[in-house]
Order: sequence, then structure tokens, then C-alpha cells
Amino acid sequence: MKKILLILAVLCLPLMLGGCASDDRAVLNVYNWGDYMDPAIIAQFEKEYNCRVNYETYTSNEDMYVKVKNSSDTYDVLVPSDYMIERLIKEDMLRLINKENITNLANIDSTALNLPFDPGNQYSIPYFYGVLGIIYNTDLVTDPVDSWNILWNDKYASKILMYDSIRDSMGVSLSRLGFSMNETNEANINAARDALIAQKPLVMAYVTDNVKNLMATKDAAMAVVYSGDASIIISDNDSLAFAVPKEGSNAFYDNFVIPKNAQNPELAEKFINYMLTPEVAAKNVEYVGYSTPVTQAVGLLDESWQKNSAFNISKEDLARCEIFKDLPSDILEIYNRAWTEVNVSK
Amino acid sequence: MKTFKEYIAYPYGLWMIIFIAVPLLVVIWFSFLSNPDFKMGEYTFTLDNYKEFLDPVYLELLYRSFVYAVIATLISFMIAYPLGNLIVSLPEHRQNLMIVLMILPMWVNFLLRTYAWMVLLSGSGLVVKFLGLLGFTDATLLYTQSAVILGMVYNFFPYMLLPIYTSLKKIDPDLLRAATDLGANHFQMFVKVKFPLSLPGIVSGCMMVFMPAVSTFVISNLLGGGKYMLIGNLIEQQFLTANNWNFGSAISMVLMTIIFLVLGIARLIAGKEIDTGGQIL
Repeated sequence: MKKILLILAVLCLPLMLGGCASDDRAVLNVYNWGDYMDPAIIAQFEKEYNCRVNYETYTSNEDMYVKVKNSSDTYDVLVPSDYMIERLIKEDMLRLINKENITNLANIDSTALNLPFDPGNQYSIPYFYGVLGIIYNTDLVTDPVDSWNILWNDKYASKILMYDSIRDSMGVSLSRLGFSMNETNEANINAARDALIAQKPLVMAYVTDNVKNLMATKDAAMAVVYSGDASIIISDNDSLAFAVPKEGSNAFYDNFVIPKNAQNPELAEKFINYMLTPEVAAKNVEYVGYSTPVTQAVGLLDESWQKNSAFNISKEDLARCEIFKDLPSDILEIYNRAWTEVNVSK
Repeated sequence: MKTFKEYIAYPYGLWMIIFIAVPLLVVIWFSFLSNPDFKMGEYTFTLDNYKEFLDPVYLELLYRSFVYAVIATLISFMIAYPLGNLIVSLPEHRQNLMIVLMILPMWVNFLLRTYAWMVLLSGSGLVVKFLGLLGFTDATLLYTQSAVILGMVYNFFPYMLLPIYTSLKKIDPDLLRAATDLGANHFQMFVKVKFPLSLPGIVSGCMMVFMPAVSTFVISNLLGGGKYMLIGNLIEQQFLTANNWNFGSAISMVLMTIIFLVLGIARLIAGKEIDTGGQIL
């Protein structure tokens, strides 16, 4: 038994050594989406505020939620999306933000404020927003791209890329049939499923990350993508354009929040405020590609960004979009099942 | 009094407990629970996860995964067996060189190699351009069933070749000579002597290709473009996007059980000879 303990102790040694780094600067623990902040900006913040930013990333709201809820690690800043913010508020996991410390809030576009998931922005401060839409090659697509119906047009068979995600692909199909992207009626969800199964022979692939390459080589004529990815792809390629279908689409808002158990909330507020400085926000856009709610930042970007239709989403387009709701698990079960049937179908 | 040998086994035992036994028990435990809102401490025991799997949609998926894996295994075998024979017939130093060349691609990360195939097979890739020169215009290769099977064969082929090569190499050439001396023609010698003696290597090779092929999700995702879902993708989806770890665990258990059954059958086929060498399992 003693031997086992000894071995355990030896195995744990590196962990203990790693824990005591000799650095007395204040530490800010940030938990953000992967590839969602220019690392140069974080380094700049560390320098200006003489602190150390401990930066970790996640790939989905759910991953973040599970980790924050169940792990003993504490974070000072999180960047959840709309529906997840709603859930975190409901479960009393967030701290009220002292808006006196967020002086740059005056720079924020009012369309990104006061949204239903956090009325009055008591708990969350906008970071980026974006919409789901269609990126298409103007050399290959001759018809006007203004509706999800174009994804069902057999003229473009094997040149259509769909988005490999349950809520997004189901949402496209629901929206095309005139239903809400947050549909809870089983018959309507199944109608959307059947439409996706009928569409499958026309689809080249369901992807999330290879869009840029396939669009650039003209292997694909159009793809369902989020505006931030689209804006980066368009910025390298003049023959590509982005459209938000007339039926409406999904819009998301990713906001900064401070969890209740944050160790360093004052520094967290400084960090949030810093990110909303126009110069910093503009620099961040060039890295991330999504639309920034910091109005003065847009003017600081060069002309190609100003003309980029996936970056400058019009107010009308945005108004047609729905925000995803946190659906109850029995409804999500129906979505999962429908999507699996689409996946299995030939 | 314990020997030094026994003490030296402790770290391995500990390692296996932490990284194999415990995770496996967790998966078994999860597969019998229902925990819809994913909260710690709130769960009930149920068999529903297993019942759910009996749905035709999922069974069809299981069937499809098996068909793909069997095809990939057969193709690998058909390439590896003649190649193994060829390599064994070479002089010793050339044999080693050939084996190193066969294993060489495995020094490059599996994902990178699969991404490379995505580029090669895409519409503007080399393979399609070459086929275009031969007159096959508009060939689509990427995101097809064939691409998925190609990916499986390419990635798992060395696991077929190595055990076959080892078992062929172990065959005493005198036995083959004796067979011909005693009047067997080349074909009879192969069917009655060489093939049975290499069977353990073949069975090992088939298992080594079949097991990763039946459970892969990366290859079907990258080369199939999400259009040819396999059972591995379903498990991945349950864990990563559907957030139903309980159902995901149940499918994993079903798959594991079936693989064990196949493994058992394979051992029966190979009979006692499996103990005579060439095997990795």
C-alpha cells in the first residue's frame, strides 16, 4: 500500500510543481470560444494592466456550461451566446455588472443592447454578433440568392454545402417552410426533416470547416455559413458574396458575462471595457470577422471591410432574424432524432 | 516474498486501472442512467438507452458500418496478402527496407494524411485532374462512399500487412519444399500448407483493420462530408452535439460487445494455430 502511495505521490509531483509559478501579477481567467479573440490584444491588455490573462477556449456553449457548472476551476470572464446567457441568469450563476466601470458602453450600437435574454444588460455586455446566411460564388450562381429555396435547386446539385450542425441545418429547413427556427411542434419539425432528406442528393457535403477551400476552388457554388466565417472568406475573394434569405435566419449575440464565483471581478470589468475600445475592437474584427457592436470601430477598418456584406449586416436583415432559444430537452430529443434520420438517409 | 518482477508490474497495473478500467466502468455506468438535463447527482436507472438503440434507424447505421468495415478489410487483405508474399520472397535487407517504406506514412499524423486525401480527391485535386487527362471528366471522388472506404483502406492497411508478413516469414521453407516433393502442385501447396499456416496472421490483420474501421468517425466525416454517417459518428454526435452521454455510452457498449463477439469468432476460425505466431492480438 505504501508503495502505491509513493508512486501516486511521484506521479503528482509535476502537477504540484506546475502550480507554483513565481508571478505576483493579478490573474484574470478568461474562458472564450476558440479562435475568437486576437491573441495580440490579450498580450496588450496584460501589459497595460500589469496582469496575467489565463486564456482557455471551448467549442460550444454546452461544453462551457458543463465545465463552469461542474468543475472546480473558476473563471472571471465568459463569452456565452444569447440562449446560454438566459440559462445562466435563470440558474443564478452570473454577477451583476457594474456599468459605471464599463465606460465604453456608450460606444455600443443599440441594436445589440436590451435583448430579450438579458433586458437592460444587467448581466451581459455585447462582444460580437452574427447571422446564418448563404455565401455564394457569383460566377457560378446565376439566379438571385434571396431565399433558402436556392439550396433545394437541382441546378446546383453536388455544389451545395450545408452546415453540419443540428440546430442550424434544421433551422434552415424550418425557416424555408415558414416555421420558426425554434419550432416546438413535432409535425413541423418532421416536415423540416423530410425536406432535408429530399435535399440530401443535391448536397455535396455537410461541413463546418472546409468551406473556405471548397468555395475558393469553385468545387462548391454555395454554402450555409455564419457571417463571421463568410466575411473572412469574402475578404480574400472578390467573386464571393453573402446573403441573408428573405424567410429570415438565425442571429446570435455573444456577450461577456462575469460568473458569480469570479475571483477578480474588478479586473474582469476592466477587461470587458478594454475590449470595447474602438481601436481594440477594430483590430479584433480583422482577426475574428464577426460584426462588432462597437460603432466607432467600423469606421477605423479599411474599405474592403466596409463593403463586406457579411460584416456589415443591414438592420433590415437583422430584424428578420430569430435568436435561438434554449429548447427543453424533450424537444431537443426530437431535433436530434430528426437530424440522425437525415444523416442516415441515402 | 514478492519478486522484483512483480513490483515492476505495479505502475502498469495502476496505469491500466486509471486509463482503461475506470473509464470503461464509467461508460457502463452512464449507459444505464437517464440524466436529461445533465446535472450532477440527478439521475435514474433505466434500460431505455439500450431499448432506444433497437430502433431501425440505428440498426441500419450499425449494419452500414459493418458493411463498410468488411469491404475495407477485404480490400486491405487482397492488397496485403500478395504484397506480403512478394516481400517475403525478397532478400533479407530488401525486406526490411520494404517494410519500413510501408510503415513510413504512419510517421505522419493520421489526421494530416486524411486531410491530404481531401485535397487530392477534391475537384481541383491531382487525382481528378489525372482522370480528366484519361478522358474521365467531371469525376467526383471527394465526399463519396468510395472515398470513405479508400480512407479506411489507406489508413489501416499497414495493420493488415504487418501480421501477414510476420506469419508468412515464420513459415519454415522446408515445409513448402516437402509439400512439393510429396507431389503437391503449386496451387495445392498454397491451399493445403501455406495458407493455413499464415491464417493466424490473416485473422490478426483482419481484426486490426476491422476494429478501427467499424468505429471510425473521422474518416467518414472528412472524406464522406457527413453524408455517410457511421456508428462512430453517432457516438461522437451523442457526446459532442446532442449532449446525450447516456445514449452515447449505450451505443459504445453495444459496439464493444459486438466487436468482442467478432473477436471470439475469429479466434475460433483460426483455431489453435493462432497461438503459433504472427498474431498481434
